[in-house]
Amino acid sequence: MSSQGGWGQSKDFLDLVKSIGEARSKAEEDRIILRELEALRRRIAEPDVPRRRMKEYITRLVYAEMLGHDASFGYIHAVKMTHDNALPLKRTGYLAVTLFLSEDHDLIILIVNTIQKDLRSDNYLVVCAALTAVCKLITEDTIPAVLPLVVDLLAHRKEAVRKKAVMALHRFYQRSPASVTHLLPNFRKTLCDNDPGVMGATLCPLFDLITADANSYKDLLVSFVRILKQVAERNLPKTYDYHQMPAPFILIKLLKILALLGSGDKQASEHIYNVLGDIIRKCEPSSNIYNAVLYECICCISSIYPNAKLLEAAAEATSKFLKSDSHNLKYMGIDTLGRLIKISPDIAEEHQLAVIDCLEDPDDTLKRKTFELLYKMTKSTNVEVIVDHTIDYMININDNHYKTEIASRCVELAEQFAPTNQWFIQTMNKVFEHGGDLVNVRVAHNLMRLIAQGFSEDEEGADSQLRSSAVDSYICILGDPKLPSLFLQVICWVLGEYGTVDGKYSASYIMGKLCDVTEAHLCDDTVKAYAISAIMKICAFEIAAGRKVEILPECQSLIHELSASHSTDLQQRAYELQALLCLDCRTVESVMPLDASCEVLEVDKNLSFLNDFIQESIEKGSSPYIPESERPGMSSVSNFRRQNEASSHMLRFEAYGLPKPSPAHLIPQVSVSTSTSNLVPVTEASYYRESSQASKVPSVTDASSADLGTKLRLDGVQRKWGWPTYSSSGQSSTSSTNGVSHVDGVSAQSRDTLYDSRRQQSEVSAEKQKLAASLFGASSGKTVKRATSTHRATKGNTGNAERMAVSTAINPETSTEKAAPPPDLLDLSDDAAPTSTPTADPFQHLQVLIGATPVDNTVKAVGLESPNLMAFYTDIPSGSRKTTSTIHSAVPSIKKAPLQNDETARRVCVNPTGNNPNLFRDLLG
Amino acid sequence: MALLLDRCNDSYALLLLNCRQGKVRLTKWYSTYSQKERTKAIRELSGVILSRGPELCNFVDWRGRKVVYKRYASIYFCMCIDVDDNELEVVQIIHHFVEILNIYFGSVCELDLIFNFHKVYYILDEILIAGELQESSKRAVSRLIDAQDSLVEMAKEEASLIRSMIAQVTK
Repeated sequence: MSSQGGWGQSKDFLDLVKSIGEARSKAEEDRIILRELEALRRRIAEPDVPRRRMKEYITRLVYAEMLGHDASFGYIHAVKMTHDNALPLKRTGYLAVTLFLSEDHDLIILIVNTIQKDLRSDNYLVVCAALTAVCKLITEDTIPAVLPLVVDLLAHRKEAVRKKAVMALHRFYQRSPASVTHLLPNFRKTLCDNDPGVMGATLCPLFDLITADANSYKDLLVSFVRILKQVAERNLPKTYDYHQMPAPFILIKLLKILALLGSGDKQASEHIYNVLGDIIRKCEPSSNIYNAVLYECICCISSIYPNAKLLEAAAEATSKFLKSDSHNLKYMGIDTLGRLIKISPDIAEEHQLAVIDCLEDPDDTLKRKTFELLYKMTKSTNVEVIVDHTIDYMININDNHYKTEIASRCVELAEQFAPTNQWFIQTMNKVFEHGGDLVNVRVAHNLMRLIAQGFSEDEEGADSQLRSSAVDSYICILGDPKLPSLFLQVICWVLGEYGTVDGKYSASYIMGKLCDVTEAHLCDDTVKAYAISAIMKICAFEIAAGRKVEILPECQSLIHELSASHSTDLQQRAYELQALLCLDCRTVESVMPLDASCEVLEVDKNLSFLNDFIQESIEKGSSPYIPESERPGMSSVSNFRRQNEASSHMLRFEAYGLPKPSPAHLIPQVSVSTSTSNLVPVTEASYYRESSQASKVPSVTDASSADLGTKLRLDGVQRKWGWPTYSSSGQSSTSSTNGVSHVDGVSAQSRDTLYDSRRQQSEVSAEKQKLAASLFGASSGKTVKRATSTHRATKGNTGNAERMAVSTAINPETSTEKAAPPPDLLDLSDDAAPTSTPTADPFQHLQVLIGATPVDNTVKAVGLESPNLMAFYTDIPSGSRKTTSTIHSAVPSIKKAPLQNDETARRVCVNPTGNNPNLFRDLLG
Repeated sequence: MALLLDRCNDSYALLLLNCRQGKVRLTKWYSTYSQKERTKAIRELSGVILSRGPELCNFVDWRGRKVVYKRYASIYFCMCIDVDDNELEVVQIIHHFVEILNIYFGSVCELDLIFNFHKVYYILDEILIAGELQESSKRAVSRLIDAQDSLVEMAKEEASLIRSMIAQVTK
């Protein structure tokens, strides 16, 4: 059967959709779609396909594309369809291209002309369709082509067009702010539009603009406040009401804008106080949308200049959120609490038990949010509890993205607030052990730096204690076979620098350990490099101290193996070690001074120490040096590199080419090690730059051994200097300008035993209270009642709501037979007028229906008491059919055919339309 | 089934409907993703969302963003948003969309969405542009959709009229 019905779908199409719906597996679905695409590819290429049939083909392509298949062969036909004069075809064309084409697709350029034409159309629906396409397809390059047209449309007589034009301009602003800067006054004009829809749409671009630069829009504050007042006083048309709330979406947008404008501005904030108070007071405290607005109010209150009265209201609302049974509201409560404690830290105390409950909630999202809150309220008094808890939680996370984040949070807190060195080292060990290679490389470098520089300014003793405790713990940990590479690097570095310093471990013992490390991690060249350098350092210290170095046999074989390594970096290091072993005591001491990792290395880039040597050579008759660029007929490396750089720079404008390798990678010896290491990409560049510097210098200069020596010791040291930024802010910032740079660490204020004592508590509730006390620092006497596992009691409305949603009405009589529906009946859904009048509340309709039919009790009760539920599937016909509702959570969606019957039956009896289906059949059949 | 939408700072969004078994019913991506990325995202998200119990909150963290979802019968409507968006508002935007669908289709069911997915796209385009809410009045949306539909109908009737006239003439 071919296509029938003017703009409905053919039987083929309905069959396709149905078979996809009934497909039992992804593989089956894929098979169906591939077959379909094959058929379409043939038929779409036939000459003289009728336009209407082409429209359907395009729709089918959209369907295939939506299900994740490639339908690119049909793109051009979709583009052609946008040229069509008939609106239905044009709309289909636009819909298809907006869904098909990515913003950098070549075909877009073919559509621009059509869009230009359509933007000038008399028919506002055509203009609307074009504007929708503009929002998706017009890119930075094509903005100038349509911009004047869109600007003209701001004065269109139809509000729908004005609104879309505003949204299109907003989009242009997002894509290329510069292209529309001269139009910013236009937004101010549309803000005063008569139509609330246009005004509401204007808030979107204004929000972006104000986010970028709040100060230039301060003059609008009064207008915003006035609009807000008007909205809150229900001066907008009734149609903007949503669940008895006046235009909440506009309200929320306005509150967001006011939060930006009033931020840190006392004068501006004073304008806002009144209206905020009004909104909080006036709204009905029952509906969900109210809570959304309330949340936005709290955000606004916490952002603007603080006002005691409003803060009180916000705190009250927060406690209402936290005490709620709904997880959503609890989540929001945790969020607002996090905002409010920034302003008044005492607020948290009141809610400590609620927070602890959230922390132990089975809902992972809520848990994460709570950890975020804890992170915000960490102080030196509660850091141990919080970090320990966070690490315990981190161990069980599967999501790598989140694990990385939480690991870096732990590190940051530990660095900022660590009470003792011991604790710090142990915490870092745990983070590395469990975080694995997800931990940012910078964290490792920071840790090395901290161990090298120490925490305190003048207590050299404390620093050495820190170091030896680090060494102790690392020696213990090394037995673990599954240590992440990054952590091993840190361990190797620390053992090399400080392993033998306090004389507790012998040099050969440490070297043996290091050799074990390389054996256990055969494929990790970075770790090997760290290890061999550490061995080199230990040897150097031994030689410098006048002791004889005995190289263990396994160490000897390691050196031997590495000097034949594929990695030139490793080779280099092995040869350096061999060279070092032959040097005498004094030379070695100046090459590898003890504990000098913090000394500043002055690299003399001019190589001025060679001047004498050069002078001498020139006097002897050598020709003077000519810079590469001045040498004739030489396409020098640097020129080549510069060109390369330039071209890669150019590429960015041409957009979306493959990225060129950065010039640093062109150095051959470096690229070898690139392939072997799996560091985080960002850091790679700098790492290799350093190591290239490190390994290049000795090969170029063959000068005095002292200089050579300092440059040899670059393995750990230089990398540390490569990270001048110290990640944590505030108290623990470092100043590493000279050799003795320091961290003014936080001295442990209270190493109270709260946490330990908490551990010993056997009774659960007492433990919880303790935890709360240690978190919030409240006196234990103050903690009064403890809600016994509040989270388990959340079986309130939400539970019912979900159950309600599951409930489904099926017709048992028809469910057995599976007759194919008359294909044209479904088409009626297209032209049928909506069954209920648009103004009528659908729920009233629903409630009446539910009340009138014999329904399951739960369904009925919930349906009546919570008006915001939709009833998918509970499509109870208003006519003849007898239905029974059953809770059927397990019924898969295969009940389609009978349902479809219901559907069509309903449509037939409910929607008698003027259209005779036969008419269409005559037309195209 | 789920409907997924993503409103990040640049208000790029993706939108998908997938079924209880993880079947996709509708997707809308407001920023550029390759088919591979899309499939991966859908697989990840449906795994996360479908496994969540009914009483947990309607938000999940995902790749540093947040996904807000809401279940209606067997369909999950999901929307991916930025971290600093108002989650409760997004839940209500989803609900707003469903209400409009309900008005348009007359108590809407899964089948309506399956067989009229192109209609759903049109309606969505009237509510959200580039991931930003563009119209919050239900009446304004349905009026516009009706206008488009009736225009389609008019064109169709005209065509049939001409057809029958031609048929009469050639008889």
